Amino acid sequence: MKITVASGKGGTGKTLVAVNLALSVEADQVLDCDVEEPNVYIFLQPDKTTVKPVELLVPVIDEAKCTYCRKCAEFCQFNALFVVGETAMVFPELCHSCGGCKLICPVDAITEKPRSIGDIYLGEADGIELVYGKLNIGEALAVPVISAVKEEAKDEGLVILDSAPGSACPVVETVKDTDFCLMVTEPTPFGLHDLEIATEVVSQLGIPLGVVVNFAGIGDRGVYEFCSEKSIPILMEIPYNRRIAELYSDGIPFLKEMPEWRSKFQSLLEKIKEMTR
Amino acid sequence: MKIVVSSTGSTMDSAVDPRFGRCPTFLIIDTETMSHEAVSNTSIGSAHGAGIGAAQSVAKLNAKAVITGNVGPNAHMALSSAGIEIYTGASGSVRNAVEMFKNGKLSKAGRATVGGHFGQSGRGRGRRT
Repeated sequence: MKITVASGKGGTGKTLVAVNLALSVEADQVLDCDVEEPNVYIFLQPDKTTVKPVELLVPVIDEAKCTYCRKCAEFCQFNALFVVGETAMVFPELCHSCGGCKLICPVDAITEKPRSIGDIYLGEADGIELVYGKLNIGEALAVPVISAVKEEAKDEGLVILDSAPGSACPVVETVKDTDFCLMVTEPTPFGLHDLEIATEVVSQLGIPLGVVVNFAGIGDRGVYEFCSEKSIPILMEIPYNRRIAELYSDGIPFLKEMPEWRSKFQSLLEKIKEMTR
Repeated sequence: MKIVVSSTGSTMDSAVDPRFGRCPTFLIIDTETMSHEAVSNTSIGSAHGAGIGAAQSVAKLNAKAVITGNVGPNAHMALSSAGIEIYTGASGSVRNAVEMFKNGKLSKAGRATVGGHFGQSGRGRGRRT
């Protein structure tokens, strides 16, 4: 079973929930899919990580063969190729690696070479396998790195995926093909605004979802009203608690100091299992 | 001399658009006769690489120079390699910008004047594609 933890708004507690849930229910694997700022490793502290590069194929133009016909530049939807006069240029950071330019070139002047955009890391902590990705600084395409992290997903057992915030491509890439999406939100107008957008995306993907309200006790009732209106179950509330925040800022899963939460996260998993039955 | 100005509209009285890649209109102007023609910038909606797409359009128009507010790194590289001169810092009406150009009052941009994504508005952390 694969459970994604997503949120819409950033900073609502995705990693907090993903890590404490994983530890409480003895998950088999955690995939940190927020490749622009992975942070699950700070809490799980895996030892002996192995690193695998993530590469994309980008075009190389052989100017000895190129006739500057511009067919490749006109084909590219991402403006990664620029041809003018007797100059042909490739902007590799814009290339989405579709390979179309190579196919369309009438004189076979285009070959492809790998370009590194990030790495994935595999390690183990507390009996949980952790896989996370890091997109290189300055790179725009998070999706191929997320996809490389997901390729390491176990087919059996319980896998928890920690998503990037937002509702764009990285979230879609993380959530798709998972069995359930846990939306962590905060009971504020900001939390609600982004929760509405994110739940719409996940619903369109046909993935069942439930909400965890973090920082419960602050803000207003907007999130609760929205969930009741849309029949989205609120599966757990985590109170606004200074000690939880302090432990988080020290990189310690709060479960370790507050063991009473183990059973709460275990019953959260039971509710999720019922909803996916 | 044929030049292109990034413009918010299709007349000489339209305001110069400070963005090159994401301006709505290119005004193509003959600096001798001041005759002009408006062409829509088809790159305005590009998710990525609007500056490169815009440079490709300008190169096809056989312009010798571009007048705009700012130019990003990719557009600068593309325009330069196409042998097109870039003048930045233009503001006010297109007519005014062309006069400034003719009087040598615009600075030639030897490199990009802004970082990438300058012309994209309203993108915070949701920049991810």
